[in-house]
Formats: sequence, structure tokens, C-alpha cells
Amino acid sequence: MSSDKSTNASPTAGKTLNLEQQRVRAAYMFLAPMLIMLLIVAAWPLFRSISFSFTDATANTIFNGQSEWIGFDNYVEKKIRSNGTIRWKGVLVDGDWWNAVWNTVRFSIVSVALETILGLLVALVLNAEFKGRGLVRAAVLIPWAIPTIVSARMWGWMLNDQFGIINEIMLTFHLIDKPIAWTASSDTAMIAVLMVDVWKTTPFMALLILAGLQMIPRDMYESARIDGIHPLRVFWRVTLPLLRPAILVAVIFRALDALRIFDLIYLLTPQSDSTITMSVLSYRELQQFGDYGEGSAMSTLLFLIITGFVLLYIKLGRVDLSGEKS
Amino acid sequence: MPTTPFWRFMFYAGVFAIVIIAVFPFYYAIMTSFETGTAIFKPNILPEMFSWQNYEQVTGQRAFGSSILNSVFIASTTVFFALLLAVTASYALARVRFRGRSLLLMTILGVSMFPQIAVLSGLYELVNFLGIYNRPWALVMSYTIFTLPFTVWVLTTFMRELPTEIEEAAIVDGATPWVIITKVFLPLLWPALVTTGLLAFIGAWNEFLFALTFTISEDMRTVPVAIALLSGASVQEIPWGPIMAASVIVTVPLIILVLIFQRKIVAGLTAGGVKG
Amino acid sequence: MANIQLKAVRKSYGAVEVIKGVDLEIKKGEFMVFVGPSGCGKSTMLRLISGLEQITSGDLLFDDELVNNVVPAKRGIAMVFQSYALYPHMTVFENMAFGMKLDKTSKQETKARVQKAAELLQIEHLLDRLPKQLSGGQRQRVAIGRAIVRDPRVFLFDEPLSNLDAALRVQTRLEIANLHHDMTDVTMIYVTHDQVEAMTLADRICVLRDGLIEQVGTPSELYENPASLFVAGFIGSPQMNFLKGAFAEKHNCTTLGIRAEHIEIATAADAEWTGKVVHAEDLGSDNYLFVDIGAGDPLIVRRPGKLETPLGTELNLRPIAGHIHRFDANEKPIR
Repeated sequence: MSSDKSTNASPTAGKTLNLEQQRVRAAYMFLAPMLIMLLIVAAWPLFRSISFSFTDATANTIFNGQSEWIGFDNYVEKKIRSNGTIRWKGVLVDGDWWNAVWNTVRFSIVSVALETILGLLVALVLNAEFKGRGLVRAAVLIPWAIPTIVSARMWGWMLNDQFGIINEIMLTFHLIDKPIAWTASSDTAMIAVLMVDVWKTTPFMALLILAGLQMIPRDMYESARIDGIHPLRVFWRVTLPLLRPAILVAVIFRALDALRIFDLIYLLTPQSDSTITMSVLSYRELQQFGDYGEGSAMSTLLFLIITGFVLLYIKLGRVDLSGEKS
Repeated sequence: MPTTPFWRFMFYAGVFAIVIIAVFPFYYAIMTSFETGTAIFKPNILPEMFSWQNYEQVTGQRAFGSSILNSVFIASTTVFFALLLAVTASYALARVRFRGRSLLLMTILGVSMFPQIAVLSGLYELVNFLGIYNRPWALVMSYTIFTLPFTVWVLTTFMRELPTEIEEAAIVDGATPWVIITKVFLPLLWPALVTTGLLAFIGAWNEFLFALTFTISEDMRTVPVAIALLSGASVQEIPWGPIMAASVIVTVPLIILVLIFQRKIVAGLTAGGVKG
Repeated sequence: MANIQLKAVRKSYGAVEVIKGVDLEIKKGEFMVFVGPSGCGKSTMLRLISGLEQITSGDLLFDDELVNNVVPAKRGIAMVFQSYALYPHMTVFENMAFGMKLDKTSKQETKARVQKAAELLQIEHLLDRLPKQLSGGQRQRVAIGRAIVRDPRVFLFDEPLSNLDAALRVQTRLEIANLHHDMTDVTMIYVTHDQVEAMTLADRICVLRDGLIEQVGTPSELYENPASLFVAGFIGSPQMNFLKGAFAEKHNCTTLGIRAEHIEIATAADAEWTGKVVHAEDLGSDNYLFVDIGAGDPLIVRRPGKLETPLGTELNLRPIAGHIHRFDANEKPIR
């Protein structure tokens, strides 16, 4: 059934609703509960969080109404000291913040790149027909099924500097000459986090890409084979271009998850400054220091960054995420 | 599937590597969970001892048992309500053309992309205002921020696939939209509901940030937080054995569920992710 | 029974106008077929009558009552879809009873009406089966049964035979014809792109093209007196022969039309057209000769009985008097 924006020209059009009008009215009623719920649990809290960022609220004052509006001071504030020197304060001039931003960006780029490439490889393997394919697919799903906390503890244990199996294996194969403090040392903490994240998330990417692969009709490969075209050529010229939409969608979902990552960092490398991301920094500000003003400013900035990223991606990639036009 | 023997060998070697990498960490965790005392601290790849001690220790703690119950209750309840709201909403979004529909779909997708931290302080205020701080309902409510958009999104994709002519036949038979949903579509949609529910359940089960923030007493914790806060006899000592045991207890059912519903899960994930 | 009137009916989807002003009256109890090429708007018109689509402007009346804003379920219609559209999770009985259940009809009456329709269509033994256990033909009959049970005043068919194989198509066509004979007070509107179905089933045919009506009339009216070149070429199989240029000028028209069955073999003296046979199609009962008379496309000539004319034979042909169709430059017939 379609909808057009015209109305009946007939003068005797009655007060009863025609089919289309009836359906649209029902649609509004069906959407209302969901919208109300989202308003309560998403829109309102977001609004409040953003509001907090403009106040000097602390853990003590958010409930007794004693916090005050301070405008953009949490973001950037020019303070003139009694001796005349100017000091800038605020999240936007905070070294910790920019360190967190850099960590987050670093993490996102590397993890998404690795997970896409490895995911593609795994997807190609799963797409091939061989005995035991079902078992391999089941095995590949396991890292994804394991809760983050368990992965963090498991890998934390394997990466333990004294008793960890990873160090043991690497020592045995003479890849290193002394044990590495993977999660503690600031040189390797990010590598540790990436290791775990890639392990956990590649299955998800592989599945999304596999779905795209399976939509490519088999006859394309067959006719290429008959024509004697080298498989690598087929891959570059035929498979990859056809996979582009699937890969783009997978990448954006994954990138957004990476930008807002919290759990893994907090659980695997909680004290490390070389892995602290924007989410974790904001959390520390809110819960440990109780500074609701500054913490909310950080989380609001993160929110803006993510929103900006999504809009940019949609514009540039011309990705149709709502699936309407397909 | 490569044809030459060399590449065939490389292919299977690759498959082998993938399986080992995917499975080893959990295998190692299981093995460690059966080790006690000094054996834990010896890095060995093959099992050398077997003891239930860690499991007894973990299951003996009342807090662990109650955390499992909490998680089950919270995850089931939030998913139940999400599905309830999502079924009707997805019908409207998938099958009725109205002005602003695409915008609404994009908004819903957008909500699922919120960084949780961005709503944390606002939710904290709300949770306290409603008097549900340190109560399961705090989490049931806050989890809706991601279970609802997710279920709506996936169910909308499934709803779109249902044939138009069946709906039209029902309209001619006199079915109102509510009747169409309940008597015609729901019976066809229930596998999709199971899958969507399962995926949302797993997401809710694994959630950490809100669970950490909105609960404070030991008996109100959920599983992820309980495991994260497992501590040993002294401040320095990390009880790796019991941690692994707790992890295995909590993960094995999940893995079994995922393996059973493999195909459906893949269909659900890709329905949400890729549209051809 | 319904007398259906369409008055200046238009339908647009956004900026695209699909039905461009249609006036039509369908008599009570008649079997009306909408026919035309793809995209002509025949299905859209059916859906406008059903209420599944809304009319952009104009009026639709059932028995002199304006129904533009009436929902399908309250128009007294029933519809048979191309893909049967049976509810997959319900048995045949439940499929047929669904409408009555929604109407809160009593159990006894429901059972009685379903039973009656099932007997009419010979599907009583299938009442407990699920659609997936039925063959294509059986499913179509259930779909028809579901429609009968609604006791409609208008029966709508949307290309119901398209999904059936050739043999089943003929059989179901016969069943639909019998239905029409049995249910004499129910108006039936049938959409198809197959003119054979139109010619065999219809009391009257409405030929549509590009959102407008080309002609409305009985099958023989359309066959013998087509109102335009388009209708002349659309109705009748094989297609009417069209001759232009010198061949047409000889009869004072722009286009000359003559059906394959209205050409006879002549002597060399009376022949209007001569040429060699370049192709032949032998159907057993008839055979069609394709003769190159120098007019571009070969002339199709029907000969009864088995093929006796080998390729390359030179034939002398002339039209049977009274069956020549002359069309002017506007594609309209010259009477």
C-alpha cells in the first residue's frame, strides 16, 4: 500500500477514515510507547548529562540542588590569578583529556583496521566449502560469545608477567629474552588491549562480511574460472567491489563501538595512562573524583565526536543505513 | 577452495590456526579453573591436575549465586519489555508509510550508538529520583537504552520481509493492524523474536558500566561486576583459580546457547548489520 | 450484486499519474476483465476498487453509494491474489474461516459456510491441511474458497492464473468460468495480461493502456470492431496483420488490418497479395503460414488442417470481404 499526499476531491468525502488513514493512525499509536520509553531512558538523561556539563555539580551537590550554572567553564575557562598570570582551565585544555582522545583514536583506527582485514580473511575461509566448516564457524563464534569481563580476566591471566602462558611461549621460542609486563607497562598496554579486542571482535566482523560474501552469486566465480582468470584478480576486481557495502556497514558499526569503548580498558588496564580512553577518563572524573561538571563535559564531548563521525560517514559514504531503499 | 596441493595445505593450516586462536584462551581458562595451589602458577598447555576446589569455593559464596539470579532476572525482564514495545513499533516502521519514517529509523539507530557514559550522570540522577538506586529495576530500566533500539531495528528488518499479499488478504478479511500483528504476523515472526531476544539477552547479560555504577551492595550485583570484584585473601593476591572457575560457570551456558542457535544468531546479526 | 461506477477516477503516486481519468460502469453480475500490457494500470484499478489503494481524485460508487473512504472489509468485496496469499500457519479451514472469525460469526454458521464453499470447489478433504501441504492448484482453490465464503457482492481476481503451469491454468480457468455461471448475482472483476483468458472468461472486456481506457465491450465487439489500432493488435491470437504504405493506400487508409483467419487463397487473377512462404507453424489443428508479400513483415495466413504447403511455395492471397479493418493516421478505425 502506498501513500500519496493528496486528498479526495470528492465533496462527499465522509468522516470515516479510509484504509490508509486508518493504518497511519494505528502506526502512530504503535510507535508511541517505544518513543516515550526512549524519551525517558535516553533523551532525558542525555539532556541532563549535557546540562551538568554546564554546572559545577559534584557528587554531593547534584541531589541537593546547590550546584550552580557556570557556562562553558568546564570546557574552557580563563582564570586570571592574583599575580596577573593567565591560566587556562577546562577539559579542552586538559592534557589528560587529549591523551585520552589520542588513545581512543589510536585504538579505534588500529583495531578496526585489523579486525576488518582479519575478519575478511576469516570470512573468506568460512565462505569456502570444506568438511568441518560448521565446526569452524562454531569455534569462531566462541570469542564473541564470551563476556568482556571473562575475556579480560582470561587474557589478563595469559598475559600475566610472571605466570602468563604468552610470555612462556614467547620465551620458549626465543621471541623475547625476558618476560613482558603486558598490561602494566605503558609500552605494551595498548598492544595487550588490541590483542584482546581483535580476538573478541573479529568474529563479528567476519560474520557481517560473510553475509555480504554469500550474497555474491556463485555463477560469477564459475564464469571467472571458466575464463581462466587468476583467483587473486577475481578477488580484487569482482569480490571486493561487490563487498564494499557490507564492509562499509561493518566498519562503521565497529568504529562507533571502538570510539566509545569502556569495559575492556577498565577491566584489563585500569591504571594505565597509555590506554585510557575518553569513556574511561570521563568515568574516572564522575565516579572517582565526583566531579559531575567536568565528567559530564567529557562525556558530552565524546557524544559530539561520535555524532559528528556518524554524520560525516553517512554524507561521505552515502551509506543507506535504514535499509529503506533496498 | 584452492586446488593445488600446496595452497590446499596452506588453507587447512590457516583453518587450524584460526580454530586454535579462537578456542585456546577459553580452553586455558577451563584448565586453570581445575588447578589449585602452586600448579596454577606453572604455565602448562596440557592439563596436569584436576580439582573441583575452585568451583566449590565460588559456588560456596552466596554473593555469586545471587549475582547469577540478578543477572537472569534483569536480562530477561529488560528483553521482555523491549520485545513487547518493539513488535508493534517495528510493524509501524516496516509496513506503514508515514511522513518522517526514515528520519525516525535513523534516530533509533542513532540512539543505539550513544556512548553509555554520555547518559550516565543523567541516568544516575533519574535512578535516584525514582528511588531505584541499588535495585534491579535501575538496570532493567537503563538497559532499555540499548535493548530497545536494537530489538526495534532487527525486528523491523524481519517485518519488512513478510509478504505484502498476506497482509492485504487479512485487510480484505477485515483485520485491523493490531489483529494483523497478533494473528497473522506474530506466528510467522516468532523465530525472529527468539533470535532477537537471545541477542538482546546476551547484550544485557554482559553489560558492565551501568551495573557497576547503579549497584553498590554485594547482593545486588550482576555477574560481570561480581566477577570483576572477586578478590582474594589479601589485597595483593588475585584469586586466579576462583576467577577462572566463576568465568567458566558463567560462560559455558552462553556458549552452549550460542552454538545451538548459531544459524539464527548469524541471521539476526546480519539482518541488523547488512542490507543487500 | 453491485453496480460499480468509476467517475473521472485518477490515481497518482507522488508526481507520477498512473490512472489518468477513467470512467467506467460495471453491471451487476457481469464478468468484467481488465486487460492490457504491463504497466497499463489494470492492477491499480483493481486495487482502487478493492480499497487497498486510495483514489486521488474522482468517485467510486457501489450501488450508487460513494465508497472512496470505505475500508476494503466494509465494501462487500473479496479478492483472489496472484500468489494465493494463504495464511501459512493456519489450516485450510482456518484460512477460509478467518474473515468470519473477525466478524464474530457463530461457530455453526462459519462451519456451514466453509463446508458449502469447500464442496463447491471440491476441497472438503483438504480442510485440515496446511497450505504448504497443498499443490499450486489446490492452493488457488482454497484462495477462491476463502473469497466465496465472504459472500461478497464483488469478486476481484488479480492475475490468479499466472503462477500456475499451462495445464493447470486451463483447468482453473474452467473452474472460474463455472463459478461465474453458478454465482449469477456476483459481479466479478478479473485482471490479466493474457488476452486468451480475457476472451474466454469475460462478459465484457476493458482494454487499458497507459492509465486510460482504450475500449470497453464484449469479446466479439472487440474482436470484430476494435476502436483503435492498439485494441485491434492486442486482441486476437495470432496478432492481426497490419499493412502500411501502398498496401494500405489501395484501400484509402493509413493502416490496413486483416486477421490471419480472414485471408483466403485466390487465383492468380483475383490475388491481391502474392509471395513465397518463408516460415510455417503447424499446430496440428491449424497451420500458420508466414508469407513474404513485400510488406516488410511477413503476412500470417491461417490454413485449416495439416500442413500441406512446403516452404518456398508461391501463394496468391486475398482478404475475405467484410473483414478488412481500415485505420486512419490517428490509429482510429474508418468505418
